[in-house]
Amino acid sequence: MTTNAAPTQGARREADETQGWQFNSTLVLSMLLLLAVAGQGPIRRVLSEPVMQGWTTVFVAVVVQALPFLVLGVLLSAIIAVFVPPSFLARALPRHPARAVPVAGVAGMVLPGCECASVPVAEALVRKGVTPAAALAFLLSAPAINPIVLTATAVAFPDDPRMVLARFVASLLVACVMGWLWQRVGRTDWLRPPTRPSSAGSGRAAAFWGSVRHDVMHAGGFLVVGAMAAATLKTVIPASWLYTAAGIPVVSILTLAVLAVLLSICSEADAFVVASLPQFSPTAQLAFLVVGPMIDLKLFAMQAATFGRGFALRFAPTTFALAVLTAAVVGAVLL
Amino acid sequence: MNRTAQASVLFLLGGAVLYAGLTDLYLRYVKSALLPLLLASGAVLIVAAIVTTWFEWRRPRAAVGQHTEHEHREPRIAWLLVLPLLALIFVAPPPPGSYVAVRTGTALHAPWDLSALPAGDPVRLGLVDYAGRAVFDHGSSIGDRQITTSGFISLDEGGTPYLVRMVLNCCAADAQPVKVGLTGRIPPILQPDSWYEITGTYTAEQTTDPINNGVIPYIDVVQARPVPAPDDEYESRF
Repeated sequence: MTTNAAPTQGARREADETQGWQFNSTLVLSMLLLLAVAGQGPIRRVLSEPVMQGWTTVFVAVVVQALPFLVLGVLLSAIIAVFVPPSFLARALPRHPARAVPVAGVAGMVLPGCECASVPVAEALVRKGVTPAAALAFLLSAPAINPIVLTATAVAFPDDPRMVLARFVASLLVACVMGWLWQRVGRTDWLRPPTRPSSAGSGRAAAFWGSVRHDVMHAGGFLVVGAMAAATLKTVIPASWLYTAAGIPVVSILTLAVLAVLLSICSEADAFVVASLPQFSPTAQLAFLVVGPMIDLKLFAMQAATFGRGFALRFAPTTFALAVLTAAVVGAVLL
Repeated sequence: MNRTAQASVLFLLGGAVLYAGLTDLYLRYVKSALLPLLLASGAVLIVAAIVTTWFEWRRPRAAVGQHTEHEHREPRIAWLLVLPLLALIFVAPPPPGSYVAVRTGTALHAPWDLSALPAGDPVRLGLVDYAGRAVFDHGSSIGDRQITTSGFISLDEGGTPYLVRMVLNCCAADAQPVKVGLTGRIPPILQPDSWYEITGTYTAEQTTDPINNGVIPYIDVVQARPVPAPDDEYESRF
């Protein structure tokens, strides 16, 4: 009897544990929501301080603004993942990676959105067997050179149409060079193999919605991290620092480049923000426009989530350095 | 987070987005042009939640235990999605007001359209439109006509009142103030963040914003009337 009971008990405990876990996260969620409802009075009081209010407004605004584009990117990514056969992508891109990179970079023009959409799409491309170098070129170029962003730039700089050209040239250049660089020194094991529910055995609909659910939960969580960081920095950095830095040549370029990373503004809006900082030189403004769509706090969090921390820690600083350098050179030539 | 909880979060998030879109709540955070995308994304999130629940319900009982082990690594980070949900529904923070306006330089750009004013005297103009015409056109398209415009009050460190409108390009994170100074018959007491409708005439008086040396035009106030804040507190550049 006892010898018989042991394995049964073990099995039951295992079953209890898995059930208990399921029970738990749903329960925790319900408790959390109940607590929020019960405690909304005190929470509101704390948040009614002007500083906290400003923080919450920026936080909610970044999330609300980015969410539709994230969903758009997630849907596109799921379509590529489930419905586009790998052979189609193989035929669409040149076989040689070195030539696939600029093609993918220019293809970034067709994704009309901001940077939140491009991360899941690039990830789906990698999973479909597109060479990572080309997918990364697409990842970097799409948010910077699509027609919406270029139009917004033209509107923000009505007296200086060369800014649009400079932004296009510098962004495409950085995207291609990063692609080629990855092809030269990049290693596949830096890219974390995606951990996603296997869709084997289930139908296409299940695979499609499974991909949507996973990507929204995953990338969405990191979007929230990025939004919190951006809101904190926007509230904390005193504006007077900027105006001091604007006067010093090299510092001004670095300042705006770092600011682009910290503020994590949507690439459709960044031109207007930087246009209202006229005390900075055009080259420094260009650095802001080139760096922002390629690497910022929100993007870093999303890239780390999608491709792995090892990848993001190598990719982000390199992108930043190359973007600043390219912006400085292109700015010197064109502006 | 298990799939049931994930489905709940997706459903609540989609619901919150739809709620913000269908009421005017979303206007506090983003441009009205984003509305179709916002509603569509809310609908997609709700469909994803329903489909997830449906597949979860139909999944054979035997496979449940097997699958959960696999799902344990389902991102903890997803829990954070509850935060914007709570902030949007329970807190619904207001648009940036005078606190931000005092700390940010005026963001007046050369306007696109300096064509003749619409008919009427006084004529209703956006604050940004007035400021653009006053600074870049030196008021020649305004002439002697009276202007009616509105905005909220912001007091600088010395207590000087400005009429301010926040300009939105994309979302409230990039909102920037456009400020107009007040001269003439100013009400004796002006509370920051209170909304006023001002009727007045163009004046050549100007000052610069100490924060970014941006030009701040003035309006010669004839009449100032307190008004409730509009649904959309922002002005757009286009």
